Parts: sequence; C-alpha cells; structure tokens
Amino acid sequence: MKEFLLVALGALVFVVVFQIAKASEYVSVLKGEEKTRRQNNRINAFLLLGFLIFGFIGAWYCNELFYGKTLFPQGSASKEGEGWDWMFMLTTVVTGIVFVITQVALFWFSFKYQEKDNTKAYYFAHSTKLELIWTTIPAIVLCALVAVGLKYWFKATGDAPKDAIVVEVTGHQFGWEFRYPGPDKVLGKKNFKLTKGANSLGVDFDDPASLDDIHVSGTMHIPVNKPVKMVINAQDVIHDVGLPHFRLKMDAVPGIPTTQWFTPRYTTEEMKQMTHNPDFTYEISCDQMCGKGHFSMRGIIIVESEAEYKKWLATQKPEYFTIYKDRDPANKVVTDTIAKPITQVLPEKK
Amino acid sequence: MSSVATLHGGDVHAGHDAHHEHHHHETFITKYVFSQDHKMIAKQFLVTGMIWAIIGGLFSVIFRLQLGYPESTFPWLENFLGHWAKGGKLQPEFYYALVTMHGTILVFFVLTAGLSGTFANFLIPLQIGARDMASPMLNMLSYWFFFTASIIMFSSLFVQTGPASGGWTIYPPLSALGDASEGSKIGMDLWLVSMAMFIVSSLLGGLNYISTILNLRTKGMSMTRLPLTVWALFFTAVLGVLSFPVLLSGAILLLFDRNLGTSFFLSDIVVNGKILPNEGGSAILFQHLFWFLGHPEVYIILLPAMGMSSEIISVNSRKPIFGYMAMVGSLFAIAILAFLVWAHHMFVTGLNPFLGSVFVLLTLLIAVPSAIKVFNWLTTLWRGSIRFTPGMLFAIGFVSLFISGGLTGIFLGNSALDLHLHDTYFVIAHFHIVMGVASFFGMFAGIYHWFPKMFGRYLNNTMAYIHFWVTIVGAYLIFWPMHYEGLAGMPRRYYDYSSWESFKQFGGLNEFISFVAMIVFAVQLLFVFNFFYSMYKGRKVTTPNPWGSNTLEWTTPINPGHGNWPGEIPEVYRGAYDYAKDGHEFIPQNTPVGDDETHH
Repeated sequence: MKEFLLVALGALVFVVVFQIAKASEYVSVLKGEEKTRRQNNRINAFLLLGFLIFGFIGAWYCNELFYGKTLFPQGSASKEGEGWDWMFMLTTVVTGIVFVITQVALFWFSFKYQEKDNTKAYYFAHSTKLELIWTTIPAIVLCALVAVGLKYWFKATGDAPKDAIVVEVTGHQFGWEFRYPGPDKVLGKKNFKLTKGANSLGVDFDDPASLDDIHVSGTMHIPVNKPVKMVINAQDVIHDVGLPHFRLKMDAVPGIPTTQWFTPRYTTEEMKQMTHNPDFTYEISCDQMCGKGHFSMRGIIIVESEAEYKKWLATQKPEYFTIYKDRDPANKVVTDTIAKPITQVLPEKK
Repeated sequence: MSSVATLHGGDVHAGHDAHHEHHHHETFITKYVFSQDHKMIAKQFLVTGMIWAIIGGLFSVIFRLQLGYPESTFPWLENFLGHWAKGGKLQPEFYYALVTMHGTILVFFVLTAGLSGTFANFLIPLQIGARDMASPMLNMLSYWFFFTASIIMFSSLFVQTGPASGGWTIYPPLSALGDASEGSKIGMDLWLVSMAMFIVSSLLGGLNYISTILNLRTKGMSMTRLPLTVWALFFTAVLGVLSFPVLLSGAILLLFDRNLGTSFFLSDIVVNGKILPNEGGSAILFQHLFWFLGHPEVYIILLPAMGMSSEIISVNSRKPIFGYMAMVGSLFAIAILAFLVWAHHMFVTGLNPFLGSVFVLLTLLIAVPSAIKVFNWLTTLWRGSIRFTPGMLFAIGFVSLFISGGLTGIFLGNSALDLHLHDTYFVIAHFHIVMGVASFFGMFAGIYHWFPKMFGRYLNNTMAYIHFWVTIVGAYLIFWPMHYEGLAGMPRRYYDYSSWESFKQFGGLNEFISFVAMIVFAVQLLFVFNFFYSMYKGRKVTTPNPWGSNTLEWTTPINPGHGNWPGEIPEVYRGAYDYAKDGHEFIPQNTPVGDDETHH
C-alpha cells in the first residue's frame, strides 16, 4: 500500500511538472521567446552562483557530520600509517587549493559573464604564456607529490624488519585462517594438493618445520609495537586483506603469495578507550569481490601486550597435533613415537 | 578532398544532384531498421543506449534499496524478482549480479556504445563535411553487433543461475569457476560472448570513424580546423581500436579456462573442497589484460564528453575555445598516457614496487593535460557572453564534476595512498564523479545541444532545467559524502555493513544516499519522457543555425536527408572557433576569409 501511494505520488508530481513545462512553453511564445530566454539566462546564472555558495556550505557541513565518523581523527593505529595520514593531509591541502580556485572561477565566471545587453564577448583565442604557466605549475606540484608518495610506497612495500613476527594469512570463501611458525620461527611448506579433511590449509607435514606451526581461524593475535609480517595466500579466488585501522591492504591471490608488514601502535584495549567505544575491534575486511559471502568475510585482529601475546601463543596447540591427536604427547597414547625421527611419524600420504 | 563523395554499400550517389535524396526509394525497413544513414544509426545507438541506461540505473536503485535499508524487506520486489528477492529481501547472490550488471551496462553499453556510438556517428560526417561514413555498411553492422551483444547480455538476466556476478571487472578465478559462484555459471559465458560481440561492434565503428575523419573531410577542412568534438571522437576511436582487442583476447582465454580446461589464469586452487588440477596460470595476468583495455576505456568514455563540452562551452560563451592547439595536444597526451597507466588499478595485487612506482609517475602525469583542459575551459568562459542553454549548463556541470573527480584521482594514483583507499567508497566516489556522472553530463550536454539537428525540434526547456538542477545537486549529494566512507576504509561491493564495527556508523548516510539516488533516477525518467515527447511534440526549429554555431552541421537543412547537404558540400575556409572575431558575433567555417580580417 505504501509503495502504491509512493508511485501514485510520483506520477502526480510528474503530471504537474509536465503541465508546468508545457504551460511555460506557451507563456514563452506569448511573452516573446527572446525575452524568456534572457529571463532564463538570469535565473540560471543566479542559480549557478547559489550552487557555488551552498556547495561550499554543504561541503563544510558534510565534513562536520562525517569527519568524526571516519577512522582518521584517532590517527593511524600503525606506526607506518602515521606517514599515510600526513601524506593524505598534504594531498588534501594541495588538491583542496586547486579545487577551490577552479570551482570558484568556474561558477563565478559563469555568473559574472552571463549574456548582457551592453557587453560583448572578448576575443581571446590563446596565450602561450598562460598555457605554459598552467602546464609547468601542475607538473612541478605533481612531481613533489610523486616524490613524497614514492618515499612512503617503497617503505611500505619494502622488506619487513628482521625482527618481525611472521603470520601467514589465508583467505577462502568466506573466512580467514592464520598460521604462526611456532618456536622454530619457520613456516612449514604447503601444497594445495594436500588439502584434505582437517588439513584445510594443505600443510605438508613432511616438512619438519610444519610440525610446530599453529593454525587458528578467524582471529589473529599480535603484540603491540612489534612489526608483523603477513604472508598472504588465497585458496579459491582472489581476496584482499584490508586493514583500515592500519591504513593497509594487500590482495590474496591463489598461487601467488604476497606479503605486507606493519607495526601496531595501540592494543585493542587502548583503542577502546581512545575511541570511547567498548565494542571497538580491529577488523580485517575482504576488499576484493570474492562471491556471495564477500560482505561477511570478517576477520578480527587482537592487538595485545607482548606478555599477553606470549601467554596466548603458549596455550595454542600445533596444528599437527590437532589433526593427528594420537601423536600428541599430551594425550600420552603413543609416547614412543615421539622419540622416533620425524620421518617415521609422517602422516599417510595420498 | 573533393566535394563529390560517393557512398559505398548503398545506392546513394550524392553529389551535384541537389534533390537526389528524394529519388531513391526508402522502405520502413531500410530507413529505420537496417539504415545505412549515419544519422539514423546514431539515433539507434542513442535510443538503445537510453534503454540500457534506464535498466542499469534501475539496477542501482534496487541495490541501493538493500544498502540504504538493510533491515527492511520489500515484498513487492518478490513480484518482479521471484526467488532472487525471497520474502522481499534481495539475496546476496543477486545483489552482486545487479552490481556487476550495473557496471557492465553503464560502462560499455551506455557510456561507450550509447555515447561514442551516438555522437561519433552523428557528428563526424556532419562536422567534417562528409555525406556519410567511409563505410555505411560496416557502420550498420556495428550497430547490429551491438544489438546482438545487447540481446545476449539481456538474456543472461533470465538464466536460472543468474547473470554474471563477479563484478564488471570479472577477475578470475571467481569468474572462471562455476563452483565459486552461481553467477560464474552460464551467466558468465553469456557475459563473455556478449562482450565479444560488443568488441566487434566497437572495432567496426572505430575503424570507420578513423577512416572517415582521415579521408572524407571536405575541401579546406584541414586537421587543424576540425572541431574539438571530432578530435575527441578521433582519439576515442583510436583508443578503442588499439585496446579492445586485448580485452577480447582476455575474454577468449577466460572462456578456454572455463570450458576447455586450460590454466591461463588458474593455479593452486581448492574450491568447495575440490582440488583443481590447474597449475602454472596467473590470476594477475588477466588483470593486466583487462586493465590494458580497462584504463583506456575510462578515456573512451570521457574524451567524447570533453570534446562536446569544449564545443558547447565555446559556442555558448560566444568566444573561441581558449588554446585550440593546447586542447588538441592535451587530448593527444591523454590518449597516449591512457595506455601507460593500467597497472595503477593493481597497486595492491603484490606487483613489483618498482613497477608500481613507474605507474605512479605516469598516472599523475595525466593530471597535467587534464589541468590544461580545465584552465582552458575556465579561460574560455572568462569575459564571454554566456548563454545558459540546457546544453551549456550540462557542459559547465561536466567541468565542475571533472574537477571534483579528477582531483581525487591524485590521491588514488599515488600508490602509497591507494594502499588504504583501494577498493573503498573513495574509489566509488572518484570514478562515479569523474567518469560516470561527468560523462553523463557530457552526453546530456550533447543531446540537448544537437537534439534540434537530430529531430528538427527542441527539447522542452523547463523540464531540461529541472533535469539539470536536480541531477547536479543529487550527484554531489550522492557521491561527495562517499569520500568519508572511503576514508574510513569502507569496502565497496558489500551487501550489508551493519555487522561491521568499523563501518556500521555510516548506516544513516547510506540511507540518505539511497534516497537521493531514487530521486535522481526519477528525474532521469523525466528526461527520457522529455526526449520522446519533444521528438514528436517539441517546439519546431525554424532557423537552420539556432545556437549561432560555426560548425558545418548547422549548414545543412533543418531536417537533413541521407547525404546531408542537398547541394554541394560546403567548402571550409577557417577553424571552428571564430567567435567574437573582428566584431562579428560568429563566423561559420564555410565563410571565406575577408581581405580585412586579422590573423591571430
């Protein structure tokens, strides 16, 4: 019923507009088309000036409404992101100046130089000097922006610091998996052909390095103030690890691992206080369309103090033992296998 | 160039015979359906484009309903969409199909075929002084390939598993694997076949436009006297001819991967618990192939709008376009650079950072010719005697939007900033403003300006002014606040944000945007109504040159027949922009140069 009324209302407005439009055409014939044209000209010139003024007021109002809702006022939650914030502000100022000058010129000229009885258009076909000015100035400013940008770009995409914690992130339809290298600090090899049952990541347990690796789903724990290097994979289609609070993003491409690193500045608890939001949580958003559940592909990052992180890590069981429970020394079922060389306790091969 | 032109493919041998067009018999079929008259083909492109624009716009309204009111249900939707809107709730799978089709339709079918197809066909022969295209037959085929592509794409909306739903960029593996998405089943094959047809259409059209401009210019119409519309359409055609085949190759390889078991784009995939045998392919390779077209495509969409706005701004300011050669040069620079920036869509795919840095530099270089164009438009307005016809308003709106959207390109083109802004609403705001809405404004400007030449009648002014003001205010209301969502990192192509701690604060804004989008869509319907109403009932054009324009199309009769000029094709003696020169308000191109005329 509501929809019907809306459609009826729309149709009514439409008919009214049409009748006015038709009537105004008759009026213009009666009044003289030239006179109507000039009147329309004046009205539209005024409206363009009004659009400029209200446009700027609107832009200011929009900023008042939404600036606080962005993640920008709190500042970046990663050390590297501070550079991003600064660069964003710099670019905003530079483009903002150009924006104001050109938009004001556009609408002001339109208003000022509207057709009038006593003035004629001024013949001005070209000026090499002017054109050189507005070729070189933008070129210089852009080169400066490129220089600033590339400095940050090479830092952000460069090698992670040597002491970085390594976490392997794997995206799949529709969730995130994380793998930690364990005490040996080396991630075990994977082979997608080994993906079967509980071994959902296709870890190659032939590789001794894989035996102490830890696998968790959905939530990633990392310590604060320590660089974290993510090694990013995808299992099925392209995903993207989007970390809005850390000002980062990197695609997860099947078959082509990528990396990305950052250093978190604040723990989740600190962020809760800073944002005055008890529900605050660092989120991983999938930023590459990956199918019908794309919008629900949410990961959580818990940033905590190093002590808390270590404590958490200690409670995690290596994936090898969660898959092959009988080989877990904690279960004390087959204790004698532990003493054997690793090659003899291999899982059955396909 | 001789003023006697012979048309191939048809039986029209126009020339000295002043009344020739009355002689040959035209049936309904040859005049309106399988027409070889470039003006009729232009109208066919325009009307087909408008139908697609309504469908594509309607899709955006439907998915904006979901975004604006994620908690609500709309039972009436189920009547139209059946199981895709079970219980009045749009299903995620179909939401993605709508998003994908919205992009595909608007980018390719409306702003490529509908825009260049219409105006390249209509304006090139009329403005260069030719009786028709170099090959009217190929021109007709160009439309009918487009029509076939349209039918196939339209039919994909009705297959059981739904149309393609992997985004208009159809990145594999998502688009390659039926197991990964319903939309990647038969709907995706139809998408690819339709695009192949579309590419053929665009190649036939483009080759025709290029050869017509190079070979059929009337006597005296040197390249440096061409109106800027023709220059823009020329570079557009060159871009299309050089870049579309690359997409075709990508589409064919993707079809192979989908149906013949090849591994061009697939490797190391486990989908739905199934281990696929494919190894050695690269999903990123497809992105290179796609964006090698995809980026020039942006300029294929934008350049015609730039050209038409240049022309319309000059005519209605009653002033020469400022810096004609710089305008041509900047079009040329943009066309060249358009081929060298494609990887800026791929900054976060893990590409080599050095390669990325090269693309940053080349991308930001585009801002230089763009800045030249903006400053030249502004200087053209300066000290003019401006007449605000609806076409002129849309051209001014185009410049405003081009500035607003172009400047945010400086953020996104700088790879470091793209690390956070990539694939967020900041990107949506950027490309909708600079490429989507701006090009629509260029297209509207063109329609309002050349409607009198197309149909011998004017569009209704009151409806036109309402159309302009609601559209420009609405466009800014819709897209300006999206920058803030993007700054917060809100990802595009999400069905629902309400469970995200980082993005749910924008729920109210999303509702507002959806509401404005519906109003703007309704006003576009008013335009469509105005278009068809005025075609039959509009005020009649009584003077052959209603805008006081210099270009040749206004030297034809009010309703030109096939062959355009009843007598000889006029000879050209000057450039297209002699406005306000030596005390004359305007001097048409076919006016011989007087002895006392100054040279600038």
